Amino acid sequence: MATTLPTGGLSRRAATLKALTGAVRGDQIFRILLTTAALAIPALLLALLAVLVRGARPAIAQFGVGFAATKTWDPVAGQFGAFPMIVGTLLTSLVALLIAVPLSLGVAVYLTEFAPGFLRRPVAMTIELLAAIPSVVYGLWGVFVLIPLLQHAVFPFLRSLLGFLPLFRGVIYGPSVLAASIILAIMIMPFIMSVAREVLLAVPGSQREAAMALGATRWEAVRTAIVPYARSGLIGAIILGLGRALGETMAVTMLIGNRHDISASLFAPGYTMAAAIANEFNEAATPMHYAALTYVALLLFVITVLVNAAARFLIWRVSRGGVSGRNSA
Amino acid sequence: MNRRTVRRVKSNVMVGIMMAAVIVAVLPLLFILASLLLRGASSLSLAFFTHLPAPAGESGGGVLHAIVGTLIIVGMASLAGIPIGAGAGVYCAEYPGSRLSLVTRFVSDVMNGTPSIVVGVFAWTIIVAPQHHYSALAGSAALAILMIPMVMRTTEELLKLVPNSLREAALALGYARWRTTLSVMLRTALPGIVTGTLLAIARIAGETAPLLFTALGNQYLSFRPNAPMAALPLVVFTYSIGPYEEWHRFAWAAALVLILVVLVLSIAARFATRQRFGATRD
Repeated sequence: MATTLPTGGLSRRAATLKALTGAVRGDQIFRILLTTAALAIPALLLALLAVLVRGARPAIAQFGVGFAATKTWDPVAGQFGAFPMIVGTLLTSLVALLIAVPLSLGVAVYLTEFAPGFLRRPVAMTIELLAAIPSVVYGLWGVFVLIPLLQHAVFPFLRSLLGFLPLFRGVIYGPSVLAASIILAIMIMPFIMSVAREVLLAVPGSQREAAMALGATRWEAVRTAIVPYARSGLIGAIILGLGRALGETMAVTMLIGNRHDISASLFAPGYTMAAAIANEFNEAATPMHYAALTYVALLLFVITVLVNAAARFLIWRVSRGGVSGRNSA
Repeated sequence: MNRRTVRRVKSNVMVGIMMAAVIVAVLPLLFILASLLLRGASSLSLAFFTHLPAPAGESGGGVLHAIVGTLIIVGMASLAGIPIGAGAGVYCAEYPGSRLSLVTRFVSDVMNGTPSIVVGVFAWTIIVAPQHHYSALAGSAALAILMIPMVMRTTEELLKLVPNSLREAALALGYARWRTTLSVMLRTALPGIVTGTLLAIARIAGETAPLLFTALGNQYLSFRPNAPMAALPLVVFTYSIGPYEEWHRFAWAAALVLILVVLVLSIAARFATRQRFGATRD
């Protein structure tokens, strides 16, 4: 730095020197502030993990890993096992994915490959607005509009059509695993759609042109040249949707019926991990009940962190090779 | 020839299926908005915005306490969340190759998907449990944690769009690095960052799960941050699971107000980005 000092009067040189050291000090302070903020995020993640582990310790000590495989959940007797809610969480998320994935991938492919230009942005924006609707509003709508509709029209129809499967047998309740899965599907669809769209936009145009030049129809170009190129990113988008579905709380709590049991029928009420925490945390009477619910929160946290990390890794692999340099999801 | 026709038909059928998917995907949004308008709008009146809820069994009343509560809780969350998120975003844009920025970027992507209920349990354990009482502050802390990764990503993405020549020009004119970052880089990216931050605020304003056992909600107008406080999403939840028909009407009206706030914020934010981006590139 000294070499860039201008030659001049001694006082001027001193002034410049002072200004430069001031700038250096300013830079140091600035960098320290920024580094603190950047450190705060990983620190928060560790703090979350540490606090949850500490809160769950009594339950971990008493029930161990078997917690996840035990069926009883009896706060009065102090017996806790999370198996039914873990099954409920996985089941609702999987059924939601079965509904949402074909829809959202179809929309994403249509919007990036086939839709007329004037339609693309408005449709994408409209669907993304679905993501802005608060979960509790989905819950309200689900309870008063969706459930009556399902109970009186859709479920009886499904039972008569697919009743040979155990999944669609039994008494039709309003609040049920299937109702919760359907609301989840509506909620995660915009996430999968917008990430899939980003990934598909990152596929180089030359992929499509090459396929078309070889005589492929537009659909064959999608199937043989575009989707394979984007495959891991699309899987990432789906896993990201799975992460959302696993942790979704309010709407599921209001629609799933909240019963600590496992049933073969999708028409029966069930429970999810997030719904159990939302329902019982305020009413927990014993320290062990709190610890058990915190244990459930810890399991949910670890599962979603792993699922999200996997999704980000897959998306990052596609966008790294993308021409448009999109690296956000 | 025949085979070619089959292929073309297949292609068109697939495109048709995808168009149907678009319609099916857009339907829920229209359905939800229509229900909200049909069931909520009739209960909306001026009193709904300026009064407290009527005692159970009586009709009328409003959600003034919840509107004020949401403003205070979200305001406090933003005061904590925006500086940390923006600071971390600037760090990752300024030192993109450093190990810390790789870690921070990855962790904030992962945190973005953390269930909000888990963050609620965290806030309960570190704030509510030691204090032995529910508080708006605990709710704000939970919302701030949800907000930080969103603000961080927006700040970083938008700073990366600022042309490097601007930075070089400022440095060549003798600006210190910190001033270059603050008054040239951040200044240029500011409109977009404000937009992204508005989106983040819209999202946390609708969060219910983290407030359930932190802010808890109450029936009165409260300005005390260290006491339970009402919030719009909590009102929607409490009144919708209640047994009275009158409560359900109230829940629909509150949901309509909530969704108007959230949708207006997000739509305004999106339009603002598009226009301002045009301006920065000119």
